[in-house]
Amino acid sequence: MAASTETADQVRAFTEKEYEYGFTTDIESEVAPKGLNEDIIRFISAKKEEPEWLLEWRLRAFQAWKAMEEPHWPALTYGPIDYQDAHYYAAPKMKAKPKSLDEVDPELLKTYAKLGIPLKEQAILAGVEGTEGQSPAVAVDAVFDSVSVATTYKAKLEEMGIIFCAISEAVHKCPELVRKYLGSVVPYTDNFFATLNSAVFTDGSFVYIPKGVRCPMELSTYFRINQANTGQFERTLIIADEGSYVSYLEGCTAPKRDENQLHAAVVELVALDNATIKYSTVQNWYPGDENGVGGIYNFVTKRGACRGVNSKISWTQVETGSAITWKYPSCILQGDNSVGEFYSVAITNNRQQADTGTKMIHIGRNTRSTIVSKGISAGKAQQTYRGLVKILPKAEGARNHTQCDSLLIGDQCGAHTVPYIESRNRSARIEHEATTAKISEDQLFYCRQRGLAEEDAVSLIVNGFCKEVLKELPMEFAVEAQKLVGISLEGSVG
Amino acid sequence: MIEIKNLHATVDGKEILKGIDLTIRPGEVHAIMGPNGSGKSTLSYVLAGREGYEITKGSVNYFGQDLLALEPEERAAEGLFLAFQYPVEIPGVANTTFLKSAINAMRKRRGESELDAMQFLKHIRAKTKQLGMTDEMLKRAVNVGFSGGEKKRNETLQMAVLEPKFAILDETDSGLDIDALKIVADGVNALRSPERSMLVITHYQRLLDYIVPDYVHVLAHGRIQRSGGKELALELEKNGYKEFGVDEAA
Repeated sequence: MAASTETADQVRAFTEKEYEYGFTTDIESEVAPKGLNEDIIRFISAKKEEPEWLLEWRLRAFQAWKAMEEPHWPALTYGPIDYQDAHYYAAPKMKAKPKSLDEVDPELLKTYAKLGIPLKEQAILAGVEGTEGQSPAVAVDAVFDSVSVATTYKAKLEEMGIIFCAISEAVHKCPELVRKYLGSVVPYTDNFFATLNSAVFTDGSFVYIPKGVRCPMELSTYFRINQANTGQFERTLIIADEGSYVSYLEGCTAPKRDENQLHAAVVELVALDNATIKYSTVQNWYPGDENGVGGIYNFVTKRGACRGVNSKISWTQVETGSAITWKYPSCILQGDNSVGEFYSVAITNNRQQADTGTKMIHIGRNTRSTIVSKGISAGKAQQTYRGLVKILPKAEGARNHTQCDSLLIGDQCGAHTVPYIESRNRSARIEHEATTAKISEDQLFYCRQRGLAEEDAVSLIVNGFCKEVLKELPMEFAVEAQKLVGISLEGSVG
Repeated sequence: MIEIKNLHATVDGKEILKGIDLTIRPGEVHAIMGPNGSGKSTLSYVLAGREGYEITKGSVNYFGQDLLALEPEERAAEGLFLAFQYPVEIPGVANTTFLKSAINAMRKRRGESELDAMQFLKHIRAKTKQLGMTDEMLKRAVNVGFSGGEKKRNETLQMAVLEPKFAILDETDSGLDIDALKIVADGVNALRSPERSMLVITHYQRLLDYIVPDYVHVLAHGRIQRSGGKELALELEKNGYKEFGVDEAA
């Protein structure tokens, strides 16, 4: 029997079984009923036509998750999340979409206009009916402005042996790679949210760069087919083989809405000998209104393993969205002379809360890490930098430099810094610098006297404050990110 | 023409300006001299539109416009420039970025087209040349790590680039040694023109040796007590502010 028929049979058997459990769904249906249980996980796996080992892996994760408790150590306040009151599988076409831009929230459109996004792309971003599967070219349109160019590049990537596709596709295309590396950096037992993701992830990106290949362009989800379906439980896996290089862009400067409040993504990076991965994120999920109602809860686990000697992983993030951000992109510096970097700008306004930072685990000799964190708080927002620098006994000559700066706008917000430093090797050198400042009335008046409106002045001052981090972004992203910094803080002064 | 009439202003309920009258015609350089606490800086801030000052009486007619009705950035776009006594640091923002944002914000407000990178570069190069300055200062973050002299030179450069109709120089000489003072004064003098009015605020006469004013006014107790030509400055240098009821030794 051909594999596809077999799978179809399995699915049929499964869907009939589902009926027994009291909910109706058939293979044509694109939405699973609310709730989280083994059957839902089997359903997701069947929908993706996954091999047995992956289903088993999901189920093991689910078993582990049931015994876990949601973490309460972050400095975040939110009501209880009912994990049973959510859909864990829904194809995008089933969601109610606005028929045209007229039905889209005018506030959202205003922001798109400020970012200079063309109308057609606004429609895609806002999820207007009929625009599914089209790719908004935001952030990359300065360089690649048409789908045909994207296709050309895709052909070029294939020629070089680079695999860049949806992870559900990779499961079929290169199962050995997925099986070898999935969960190898973030095990399915890692933490409450990562474990949940392992059980129910729907899609995400997969990248493999072969030995000695330098990926000739920034990879972004823009090039991925069907990228509209990023989903709530995204799973990304990037493998850079020996001596390779890749720069990956995630996210979008334009604000995206989603009716799913809970987001729990996992990103795993693996860098082998002499390989470099640069991972840049701009996160601008809907932060909720001024009172914090309706925003996204973003609980993300991102971790990179520098497995090989001289390998390097660099995280750059600009976090402006979400009501709640819980995120610590980390590096496990296992290979000798490996390098981990974390550059972060986090902006919280109104009632947003962010508890974010990084972990640098030094295992190999002469491993080096750099942390530059810039936190900006305005309105009634609260922000915490939480960072761990850990030097293990064999990490001879390890070095870390941490710089952690907070900027406050107004007198009702808060910034907190919680560094954890653990060193078990006497030769290690660890430096931590932290500052907290406010945008002064003097600075604002000075800028206004030079002709800048108050909001532009704030934007300029904050962009200056974040410069060290923004310059790490790929150029086409950096320009958008600068605008975003200003927009995120609108209404924060005066 | 700038006409200040019977201007009264309070800070935290305390009256600092108690009826200022002053008329400045295009091309004229007026100096305001006065002891500490006489209201010199208050006058410059009130004219530039800083918050925290309440205008209780009087008016300022600025080339036919009611200056006091405008926001600080609108006044800037209308050509009012204040060279700060203590220029402010803006970390991470290069001088060029700052100036380009400033000039284009003003142009936009005036309905003029914004300068692109090349046009701006050409403009700014012409100005540094006019002032005999190098490009080095342009690349540095606004006033960050600048010496006192560099900060004041930077203010002069900004004035040159923004080409104001009316420039207020607030204690430009404070914190400068004589060499730095000469450099800054040379810069200011290079920017004197028949279309540009200046109001030079200073405590000491020595600045006026280098920036020679057309008129000198003595400000004390919130009012202009006496006006005259440049020789009035010399007289003040000799006799101090005693005759205006101010004992600076106290």
